[in-house]
Amino acid sequence: MRHVKRIIPSMVAAICLSASVAAAGTLDDVKAKGFIQAGVNGDLFGFAKPDEKGVWKGLDVDTARAIAAAVFGDADKVKYTPLTAKTRFTALQSGEIDVLTRNATQTLGRDTALGLNFAQVNFYDGQGFLIPKALGVTSAKELDGASVCVLPGTTTEQNVADFFRVNKMSMNPVVIENTAELSKTFFAGRCDVMTSDASQLAGIRAVAPNPGDYVILPEIISKEPLAPAVRHGDDQWKDIVNYSVLAMIGAEELGITSKNIDEMMASTDPKIKRFLGVSPGNGKALGLDEKWAYNIIKQVGNYGEMFERNVGVNTPLMIERGLNALWTNGGLMYSPPFK
Amino acid sequence: MNAQVPDKIPFFRDPSKLSVFYQIMTLLGVVLLSYYLVSNTLANLERQSISTGFDFLGKEAAFEIGESLIDYSAADSYGRALIVGFLNTLIVSFIGITLTVLLGTVIGIARLSSNWLVAKLSAIYIEVFQDIPVLLQLFFWYAFFYEILPTPRQALAPLPGVFLCNRGLIFGVPHFHLAYIYAAIAFGAGIICVIFITRWSHKRQDESGKIFPLIRVSAVILVGAPLLAWLLGGAPAEMNVPALKGFNFKGGVTISPEFTALLLGLVLYTAAFVAEVVRAGIQSVSKGQREAAMSIGLKPAHVLNLVILPQALRVIVPPLTSQMLNLTKNSSLAVAIGYPDFVSVAGTTINQTGQAIEGVALIMIVYLIFSLSTSAYMNWYNKRIALVER
Amino acid sequence: MEKTLPTQPAELVKPPATDIGILGWLKANLFNGWFNSLLTVIVIYLIYLAAPSFIQWAFLDSSWAANSEQCKMAGAGACWSVITANIRFILFGFYPHDLQWRPLLAVVILVLLLVYSRNRSHWRKSLFYGWLVGLFVMGLLLKGGLFGLEPVESNNWGGLPLTLLLSVFGLTAAYPVGILLALGRQSKMAVIKSFCVVYIELIRGVPLISLLFMSSVVFPLFLPEGMVINKILRAQVAIILFTAAYIAEVVRGGLQGLDRGQYEAAEALGLNYFQTMRLIILPQALKIVIPPSVSILISAFKDTSLVVIIALYDLLKTTQTTLTDPKWMGYSAEAYIFVAMIYFVCCFFMSNYSRKLERELDTSR
Repeated sequence: MRHVKRIIPSMVAAICLSASVAAAGTLDDVKAKGFIQAGVNGDLFGFAKPDEKGVWKGLDVDTARAIAAAVFGDADKVKYTPLTAKTRFTALQSGEIDVLTRNATQTLGRDTALGLNFAQVNFYDGQGFLIPKALGVTSAKELDGASVCVLPGTTTEQNVADFFRVNKMSMNPVVIENTAELSKTFFAGRCDVMTSDASQLAGIRAVAPNPGDYVILPEIISKEPLAPAVRHGDDQWKDIVNYSVLAMIGAEELGITSKNIDEMMASTDPKIKRFLGVSPGNGKALGLDEKWAYNIIKQVGNYGEMFERNVGVNTPLMIERGLNALWTNGGLMYSPPFK
Repeated sequence: MNAQVPDKIPFFRDPSKLSVFYQIMTLLGVVLLSYYLVSNTLANLERQSISTGFDFLGKEAAFEIGESLIDYSAADSYGRALIVGFLNTLIVSFIGITLTVLLGTVIGIARLSSNWLVAKLSAIYIEVFQDIPVLLQLFFWYAFFYEILPTPRQALAPLPGVFLCNRGLIFGVPHFHLAYIYAAIAFGAGIICVIFITRWSHKRQDESGKIFPLIRVSAVILVGAPLLAWLLGGAPAEMNVPALKGFNFKGGVTISPEFTALLLGLVLYTAAFVAEVVRAGIQSVSKGQREAAMSIGLKPAHVLNLVILPQALRVIVPPLTSQMLNLTKNSSLAVAIGYPDFVSVAGTTINQTGQAIEGVALIMIVYLIFSLSTSAYMNWYNKRIALVER
Repeated sequence: MEKTLPTQPAELVKPPATDIGILGWLKANLFNGWFNSLLTVIVIYLIYLAAPSFIQWAFLDSSWAANSEQCKMAGAGACWSVITANIRFILFGFYPHDLQWRPLLAVVILVLLLVYSRNRSHWRKSLFYGWLVGLFVMGLLLKGGLFGLEPVESNNWGGLPLTLLLSVFGLTAAYPVGILLALGRQSKMAVIKSFCVVYIELIRGVPLISLLFMSSVVFPLFLPEGMVINKILRAQVAIILFTAAYIAEVVRGGLQGLDRGQYEAAEALGLNYFQTMRLIILPQALKIVIPPSVSILISAFKDTSLVVIIALYDLLKTTQTTLTDPKWMGYSAEAYIFVAMIYFVCCFFMSNYSRKLERELDTSR
């Protein structure tokens, strides 16, 4: 028995040792393996979804690409892990992914209790209602007794229940986790109204048999700042993710686009020179190449370009800039000085 | 052969000692593994500061559930929400199993029908429904319901007070009155009465050979007693009739398309398997039994009822049990078509509380309870029919 | 009581026209008795109701190679172009576009092996090795990294190869585990027996979906910090653990089907437990359980569709993803019918085979 007693701890130790990977900084890990593993949605048109050829497209995908461009100088060095609402945080906590760009809402609880850190918001969203015009409803407060199609997120079901309770109305939810399935259900008239983040509602309306027959009600019943998230406790990696998004916003403020960026390199504006790494400093501070911002803008584009390409008015989603416009245009997108 | 017989068998040759050794090793292995996993889990929970325990059951759920057998609102606790889900799973499994057994038996018999068309169609039915994943079938039936049925404003009204639309089948139920409780009690008493009459009539038939019109008498008792109680209770006739108010029908009882689609999908899928089980059971009864029964002049229906089925049941019951369990377990796919079963409610709970371990543990425990109680009941039933067979 | 024999020769009397030929067949098989006649009429009426409009929709009015706008214009008929336009994504998921010949080849190898193994006269040791080599080559084709094949991340596997991988590899890996569990359940050692019983009953008592939830949500918490196991592997392990419990029960049936004398004879020969099992018991028991094992393969194949719920891109999920594209969202019926056909063809092949095998093994006994 003495042997056994000695053997057990050493066996346990051996298993643990062989299993655990050195928990170095995420940046070093990422550099060592040569790519960024990003957790994305997978089903959400305009944010993250593969096209016919299996190539990932969308706003969240581009955010991950921007981070790769900053770290490697090559926006293609990203691998995507599609995640459901249930699995996304576990995947990040367990280290399966390096960054979560999956239209996740920043909340206090998640920032603290779930052990996450949110970086700069890449899309300001809010939960709204989509309803057929034929019902003649003009305000969400007239929805008493309605059947509501709910696309479950972590907060969607709660928000809508809260809204109905506060306004002393009753509702009858139909909850399906698959966007396509739920939208079909809604268009067939199973529900009177559909609720989800306004950006998704725009996408869903776009695919209606007759998009003109549906209207998004003016009430936005929740605040949904969608932001990329990283694990708690790795400040350098959080800075990189944070400033990768901010760089795209900053570039739009400075008027730098993927098309004019090479001319901008010759600019005499000290702000632009610092931003593009012509006057060095920013890259070293982040632990990246000095051309990090240049690479992001050159390969992915500034925030405006990314927005218009994926979700803007010329896409099927037809989303106006709204809150996502630059602060100079009445929106919330604002970048700190790059110095 | 001059090998000496050793006075002691070395321990690695002694089966009894080896067996002890193996068992200790296994036990050790399992204990070590669980220790390792549990310690990892605790460390991870600690590090990610995820809260643990079942405290969340008492907290306010703050989400609505589409259909519920008991009163529920968003202000109730997670615990109550989970009970709602539990009851929803229970009801769909119970009705599903009943219908599956009926349909499966009919199709299994039809599979052996002498009508070529019926036999072939049953064979096709069995093959097609067995070979397509049940999840796909659920998607199909759900789409079938919401695509075909009209909106509430154009609801079909096949009978007065009954409406059919894409919100479901809505019909009136009587307003609550004490007379209905009397009727229910009378019905229960009627059942007990019928059981006694059955025993008595069997005994009399065994002794004297006289046949008692059991079915007719039972029917009179089971219908008459509640009716009488209802009449004596004042014959209340006020109905809670559904009416279109605003978006939906108010009042009455609604059977939702989600429930119907889930039920239909599960029943049609599982019935294909049950049909095969029934067919195999009937075929296992030797031909001579049927011929003997026919030669003593039994009617075809009696041949099936009195001779074939009782013997086939011995073969049918064990695989039938596992099909019933399959149906119960497959009801967890409700989550894909929006029926709020236990898995769906538990999923929302996991989403909102972040307590995945507890949520998944609850799901497993609940299904284990379903499975174990169903198999216990079926084992009991199996023993009973085995006794009858002698 | 005298009767004259019929005067004309017997061969001149023909059976009534209603007892032979088509009419006779109809009478014997469709209209024997009022109940059967009624059934026949009802069935024919139902077919008459359903068939024409389906044929109209699926074939006459359908468009096959149009883009989504043309489909919308065409209106009423089925839009099969949702399949033709997205076929490569539906079948192969994220697998790099120009490397998709590799999963295709892997699937072809698998199908060839299956077809070849259909014939029992081919069952030799060499076939077993053939399967091992075949499975290895399939894995190599998917994964790459050797012989100049470009490596492809398992995260990019999807569609039909993933469905087949999860079910075929799942069953292959679950078989040894299942046999061990079955033997353990038969064992006289109380500890081992109780573990096996608890395991088998526990797994059989819960739905697969809860194990998949566990593999995707709970399992990462079991691992030490920093250690990550690939998502597909986790789901694969869940499927293996699940299938093993069912195989254990099937194998147990086979073990119980053997004559007690076989055990006693082996013991009399002085074989130890492992020799008895390997040389005497298992070869016979496993032969008995081949047909039910094929049924388990069929259910494993269908059950892999549940990985949709944890966002693995199997055949059903790639189809659904295609349907989230605004261009194709309205054509789910067509897409689901297509996927259902794939599942049906595969399962039909397997279940037919299992029945054939059952008949063959039956007569040989």
